[in-house]
Amino acid sequence: MARAVTTQTKVGNTVVAWIIALLIFFPILYTIITSLKTEQEAIAGFSLIPSFTFESYQAVQSQNDYFKPFMNSVILAVGSTILALIVAIPAAWAMAFNPTKRTKDILMWMLSTKMMPAVAVLVPIYLIFLNTGLMDTRFGLTILLMLINLPIVVWMLYTYFREIPGEILEAARMDGATLWGEIWYVLTPMAVPGIASTLLLNIILAWNESFWTIQLTTTNAAPLTAFIASFSSPQGLFWAKLSAASTLAIAPILIMGWFSQKQLVRGLTFGAVK
Amino acid sequence: MATRQTQGIARWMRMPAIVLLLIWMVVPLAMTIYFSFRNYNLLSPGQGSWAGWFNYVYFYTDPAFFQSIWNTLVLVVGVLIITVIGGIAIAMLIDRPMWGQGIVRILVISPFFVMPPVAALIWKNMLMHPGYGVFADIAKFFGAQPVDWFAAYPLFSIILIVAWQWLPFATLILLTSLQSLDGEQMEAAEMDGAGFWSRFWYLTLPHMARAITVVVLIQTIFLLAVYAEILVTTNGGPGYASTNLVFLIYRVARLGFDVGGGAAGGVIAVVLANIVAIFLMRAVGRNLD
Repeated sequence: MARAVTTQTKVGNTVVAWIIALLIFFPILYTIITSLKTEQEAIAGFSLIPSFTFESYQAVQSQNDYFKPFMNSVILAVGSTILALIVAIPAAWAMAFNPTKRTKDILMWMLSTKMMPAVAVLVPIYLIFLNTGLMDTRFGLTILLMLINLPIVVWMLYTYFREIPGEILEAARMDGATLWGEIWYVLTPMAVPGIASTLLLNIILAWNESFWTIQLTTTNAAPLTAFIASFSSPQGLFWAKLSAASTLAIAPILIMGWFSQKQLVRGLTFGAVK
Repeated sequence: MATRQTQGIARWMRMPAIVLLLIWMVVPLAMTIYFSFRNYNLLSPGQGSWAGWFNYVYFYTDPAFFQSIWNTLVLVVGVLIITVIGGIAIAMLIDRPMWGQGIVRILVISPFFVMPPVAALIWKNMLMHPGYGVFADIAKFFGAQPVDWFAAYPLFSIILIVAWQWLPFATLILLTSLQSLDGEQMEAAEMDGAGFWSRFWYLTLPHMARAITVVVLIQTIFLLAVYAEILVTTNGGPGYASTNLVFLIYRVARLGFDVGGGAAGGVIAVVLANIVAIFLMRAVGRNLD
């Protein structure tokens, strides 16, 4: 069905598309370039060629203890996602393979909890964290991020599990597989790709969550979102350093994102666009 | 098909997720509603008393309230217009035959993965800074006066940053939809002499209608919650020029220590979000069967 395309058209498409793509990507590219400049170079006017120094990367570690917020981000993102999976996998499995009359309502209700604006519960959550000693702890924030992303995790898993044909389960049952055998030997291998995509997307979402992570942390549990936001104060004039911190903060997620484009569409539209 | 035993186990498997979400939804929301009727300021503890509708009246009569609602609307609609129109254009462009399509795709979707504080600070410092930013360099190159973006056009500047973050999302979803368009139908229309615009208007756009709806609704949910971008760039200012509802509630509750006022604002935010949510649930719900 490939239409005959003249080389001329293809060249034209390519040029226009690359120009637009590079314009959109430019802020990120320029951040990476600036991170390799010295502070003097960073404010010396437009230049795409840095002196390729890594002094900003060293400075960000030695002066700001960069490793700590980075590790906090890793712990919060991975921890909350794994907790959410532990709760969501059984729920999604049950709803996909043993649906009841109310399953659809339950799913819609779960989705509706995601619509609640975070700021609406800022006051109570803040007070709860303040009064229970959860403020500025990784534990409190991990639980919170888990709850925030739980509806998306259940939904994504549900849409993936539903694509596993039920006949296979029935066949396994006929052959005398127990329920747990069914889950472990039949379902799990088929479900792994879906679970992996869900894991990836939710790590991305949790990593970039910038409301609660800024509200509920000060120093101890502050992840990269809160750390970078603190650069908005006057010390933010150290642009090479800010760029180095930013580059490190977005690099892991950027690379993960490139590998999960398809899942992203599916996960973020709750299966409405595939 | 499913035995009574599996049904019983299935109930237990569903339970933890449902109970957790139920607690997460009911408890904080009930507390917000309760606090919204209390006189409660963190700076004067022990003064909690029944306030009636005072907090709502206070919030409603605050001149910043209507400005923040207006700013929220401008922000959401502004970003939607840029991302949907831009998304359609870029998706159609990327969908055409070219070299390096995979890399172009990766470059275009990248901003979506940049965490909001980083995105906002990159734009604020490296691009829009009136002294050293790239935009200022470009202006100087053409002999024009550099613009102090965040002082002169605070809300527009934030719209620009947020639109940059969400353009990839719109593009990616519209591209996915575009790729399921029937090529033969397109070819037939072309052979019948339909021009680019009539093909776009009568074939492409109707085909993408559903995806566009989804993009608009999902983005609206997230755009109503924009916070970090404002915090690190304008801090809501100058005055209240770039304060949206989220930021106003943050100001009242966290910077003003007014628990009651912040809670009343929270209830208003819930009502607003619910209006949007009802439409989204309908659109997504139709897809379940």
